[in-house]
Amino acid sequence: MENTSAYQNDLNLKATELRLGLPGTTDEETAVPGVRNNKRPLQEVAAAADEKCGANGKSAPPSKAQIVGWPPVQSYRKNNLPAKKPETEAGIYVKVSMDGAPYLRKIDLRVYKGYSELLQALENMFKFTAGEYSEREGYKGSDYAPTYEDKDGDWMLAGDVPWQMFITSCKRLRIMKGSEARGLGYGTV
Amino acid sequence: MFWGSRKTIDMNYFPDEVLEHVFDFITSHKDRNSVSLVCKSWYKIEKYSRQRVFLGNCYSISPERLIARFPGLKSLILKGKPHFADFNLVPDDWGGFLYPWIKAMAKSRIGLEELRLKRMVVSDESLELLSESFPNFKSLVLVSCEGFTTDGLAAIAANCRFLRELDLQENEVEDHRGYWLSCFPGSCTSLVSLNFACLKGEINLASLERLVARSPNLKSLRLNRAVPFDTLQRLLIRAPQLVDLGTGSYIHDPSSEAYNKLKAAIQNCNSIRSLSGFLEVAPCCMPAIYPICENLTFLNLSYAAGLQSNELTRLIHHCRKLQRLWILDCIGDKGLGVVASTCKELQELRVFPSDPFDAGNAAVTEEGLVLVSEGCPKLNSLLYFCQQMTNAALITVAKNCTNFIRFRLCILDPIKPDPVTNQPLDEGFGAIVRSCKGLKRLSLSGLLTDQVFYYIGMYAKKLEMLSIAFAGNSDKGMLYVLNGCKKLRKLEIRDCPFGDTALLEDMGKYETMRSLWMSTCEVTLGACKVLAKKMPSLNVEIINESEQTEFNLDDRQKVDKMYLYRTLVGHRKDAPEFVWLL
Repeated sequence: MENTSAYQNDLNLKATELRLGLPGTTDEETAVPGVRNNKRPLQEVAAAADEKCGANGKSAPPSKAQIVGWPPVQSYRKNNLPAKKPETEAGIYVKVSMDGAPYLRKIDLRVYKGYSELLQALENMFKFTAGEYSEREGYKGSDYAPTYEDKDGDWMLAGDVPWQMFITSCKRLRIMKGSEARGLGYGTV
Repeated sequence: MFWGSRKTIDMNYFPDEVLEHVFDFITSHKDRNSVSLVCKSWYKIEKYSRQRVFLGNCYSISPERLIARFPGLKSLILKGKPHFADFNLVPDDWGGFLYPWIKAMAKSRIGLEELRLKRMVVSDESLELLSESFPNFKSLVLVSCEGFTTDGLAAIAANCRFLRELDLQENEVEDHRGYWLSCFPGSCTSLVSLNFACLKGEINLASLERLVARSPNLKSLRLNRAVPFDTLQRLLIRAPQLVDLGTGSYIHDPSSEAYNKLKAAIQNCNSIRSLSGFLEVAPCCMPAIYPICENLTFLNLSYAAGLQSNELTRLIHHCRKLQRLWILDCIGDKGLGVVASTCKELQELRVFPSDPFDAGNAAVTEEGLVLVSEGCPKLNSLLYFCQQMTNAALITVAKNCTNFIRFRLCILDPIKPDPVTNQPLDEGFGAIVRSCKGLKRLSLSGLLTDQVFYYIGMYAKKLEMLSIAFAGNSDKGMLYVLNGCKKLRKLEIRDCPFGDTALLEDMGKYETMRSLWMSTCEVTLGACKVLAKKMPSLNVEIINESEQTEFNLDDRQKVDKMYLYRTLVGHRKDAPEFVWLL
């Protein structure tokens, strides 16, 4: 809407405007920080909204740019409420290494819906088979075990915790091979 | 019997101790203030026996004078910054420092036991001095404060041997990570209330468990995000006597052993009446708490962004005894309908925006509010952030709920009219003030003209606090309020066309109030100067954030932010450069 962008620009310009002449000697519209001018543009905006409203009931209000201190939500609350998840979330990219492979890969964990999809993707990428997962024995029947480094810096077997918890705590993936892999999850309590 | 047949009894024949004993029963601050005005001897007795003092504005009196007035002070409540500081309208360093108070009380050997602060700047230094100066110190409650780190908390933990309460609510604390909790000595077994939900850093979980284990009187425990699910379960096993619980992180696999253990532990906590937290939450774990929902009187899910409307309503179905509910607007109008049909004892409802940055998208409208008003006749306190409101809805709410003491409505678009009629919301708010004769606090929003202020001045006779934004047409609006609201104590106004005429019409009025805030209005520097000159009992402060200095500004210049308050001690000495004391 032209009106909102007009006063949006207003705000920015006022804040950064360089001028010659004594402060306070120019007309009030420019001497005072832009917030004051919100009133007029807002009323214009309200008028425009009026026209749209009519019998509609709920019309979308014009998007309010940064009116300082509005809505009146405590800044503590603003800073501590996790932001609403947008429809398209930022990807969670983690490095994946495999023992013996010459270089690492990077994957976006958000792309997968769960462990089986992830494992399939890894198997395709690195050309191996992961074996069968069980809580008691880890990945049985394979020389490879998918592991990851979590937030605390510990190396964990992938598959133990719920998927959502996994993708938020996984910092990097490592496909372990050989005796090291067999040691993990086998007969451990 | 004692006085034989005397018909009149001279009160001065009562020994002081008797009067003191009588005064012990008078607890309200207002009443004690009245008592001290009766006569000299009552003044003296009351003065020495007064233990609890409330200062709504820390600059209304100096620490030294307070101590001289009430040498027996044990419990102090102090408030610092103006309310609009919550919304970033007051620059940092404006003021409200705790240190001078601690220094003065320490010097005079005040036997301080309780300190409750709101919107004050609390340094580690002041916390350290506090912890070292008052051997009987029992209770520290910090609300919306800043300036301290976990080092200050470590001092409190280490030195306050008889600490019962450490309650940190929504403070900005610099977190130097976990060790402060370990500073509670092994001999500290007196804790009744521990709330560190606002701390952002890691916590020494083992220390926490040990602390809870040795605190048999612990009734209130609110954890921060860093406390994981399994620790919660272990804590609950050690503290089944809890009355108030705030969870930290609440994420786990519902098919796991830990989850089952938590379910069992919770079922043992029969005393929990108040529940909050869920700062991180897996919805699938919520059923574990259903057993305690039956008895809950307070439920705060206003930080539980991970719960959607259907999960919230499923939970609320179990909460039949709820009296206070704080929730996010993602509950939706339908969800509020479930609240209305389930929570018949509801007195207080707060609906916060789940996206406080995007002012375009609240998930509740007037419909949800109307439903709640129909289902919950005991409702007396409301904070409601919504997409829109209609006059018809407000009129209905006013008819259904006449008991409102606090009514705070925030329509996200601050000048939105009634979307059905395109009219301002004057009539709706008018109905509220007409119907709710006990209304003490009111916040307005939406398109509003002078008319709403006419109604407020006419009907809101008990109103003590009024918050106005983007409303009114002329000085008349402000004058209606100043003339009509006899009990007004705090008035805060932003972005309204109220100017000098309104400000200066009745200057004596401000002596009957705690404070007045006006920002982005039509008030000029000259008028503020006039007011300051004529009323030496008021401090008139201008907050000026531009590059201009006082000397370059014309008296005709409009001031950005003005804050005035009554005071016994004149200009404060700690004002920063950008605050001009007229």
